[in-house]
Amino acid sequence: MFKILKYGFFDLMRSRWSYIYFLFYLILGFILLFLNQDVAKAVITLLNIIVVLTPLIGTLFGVMYYYNSREFIELLLSQPIKRKNIFLGQYLGISISLSLSLVIGLGIPFLAYGLFRSTEIFNFISLLFIGTILTFTFVAMAYILALLFEDKIKGFGLAIISWLFFAVIYDGIFLILMLVFDDYPLDKFALFATIFNPIDLSRILILLKLDISALLGYTGAVFQNFFGTWFGMAVSITLLLLWVLFPVLAIKYISKQKDF
Amino acid sequence: MINIKNLYKRFGKLIVLDELNLYFDKGGIHTILGPNGSGKTTLIKSILGMVIPNSGSIEINSKQVIGEWSYRNEISYLPQIAHFPQNLKVKELFNMIKDLRKGAHNEDELIAGFNLSPFLDKKLGHLSGGTSQKVNIAITFMFDSPLIILDEPTTGLDPVALLHLKKLIFEEKQSGKTILISTHIMSFVEEISDEIVFLLEGKIYFQGTIPELKEKTSQENLEKAIASILRGNNV
Repeated sequence: MFKILKYGFFDLMRSRWSYIYFLFYLILGFILLFLNQDVAKAVITLLNIIVVLTPLIGTLFGVMYYYNSREFIELLLSQPIKRKNIFLGQYLGISISLSLSLVIGLGIPFLAYGLFRSTEIFNFISLLFIGTILTFTFVAMAYILALLFEDKIKGFGLAIISWLFFAVIYDGIFLILMLVFDDYPLDKFALFATIFNPIDLSRILILLKLDISALLGYTGAVFQNFFGTWFGMAVSITLLLLWVLFPVLAIKYISKQKDF
Repeated sequence: MINIKNLYKRFGKLIVLDELNLYFDKGGIHTILGPNGSGKTTLIKSILGMVIPNSGSIEINSKQVIGEWSYRNEISYLPQIAHFPQNLKVKELFNMIKDLRKGAHNEDELIAGFNLSPFLDKKLGHLSGGTSQKVNIAITFMFDSPLIILDEPTTGLDPVALLHLKKLIFEEKQSGKTILISTHIMSFVEEISDEIVFLLEGKIYFQGTIPELKEKTSQENLEKAIASILRGNNV
């Protein structure tokens, strides 16, 4: 598996898109800190960018990479390598290279602006952690869609829709339900609904960490009320890790059945 | 060597392999013939584990292979169409395959035999169809495996390369290897086959030598014999 991971990783590292993604974060980090000398405020702005952008980039790269490396996969399948290792190796290759772009791209400007002297260091690290987890989750979901659909346009379209669903539509539906069923107690429902959206979960996690109740929103407030800050964080981290685990198991299962 | 029992595979509603039973002896060149869509490639890919059959069993050297992977160490496979990562150089591809697969290899001889040395630093995406087929063949023959499976090996080859390919196939046969070939080129079949297998609608229609097939169809030439099967004169 590590050989496949290595080839996938270096293949991506040679591609220009990894650099563009890396440079984007690098520039974003410098601009944020340049405009706003306060590291704490920059972290909050970053939060809003990261919870939307890492899933999007993960989705696009996950789908694109699978379709582009189909030939390579076919070549590997006729070699004495376990199927599981081919697909998990590729998946880890993409996820790790994207996560590295994120961590290094944002790490450099924040280090340059004196992150270590600031009290925000743990908040910043948890933000990078969230970004990494979201990358792993959304790359896996995109990879699953690409495995399921031979047709590139269909796979690509569905992957974009899945991102749009979790980033935008989910919250929209949620708000509409809240408005329509205003008269009923919806706390438990809200809590339950959050579990099914990794983006919401990560937003809540980081806001609990930052302890900014004003930004928590309805679900976040319910979450905090129900679990308390520390337990709430533990619960949301666990759920986020499950959001990585289940899609990865699905990749393993689907690739085992697939004909090439 | 290869023992296939009740192999069944369908894609959606289309039944591609219909309870197929087949046995290949060790050694010799076995050609798999059949019209387009008769299941040749699906059969080959099932043996390799790229296609997962719905039911049935495949044994290689009396070992069940469905769902296994290490048996592929014993197989060299030439895919029908050369699918390579486009942005990799020819040299890098050779190194990668050597890295992924352990065992003795003799790629230098093959590179010289197919005149591939001027292309070693070119990207695979920039090669012509014939040249990438040569790379494809070189990768297949560089390992010393007891079973060699070639799916339409002659596609796009010029006469010189074709001669070299035939020479390679004969050399492998002399060293006692089992070779499966699927092809549509009848002259090629007549020249090299020890045994032919004719697939029709997912079943084995005929298995035996070329003279036996000619006798069965009462035709004196192989092309006509095959055509008479397809027209249904003898069915």
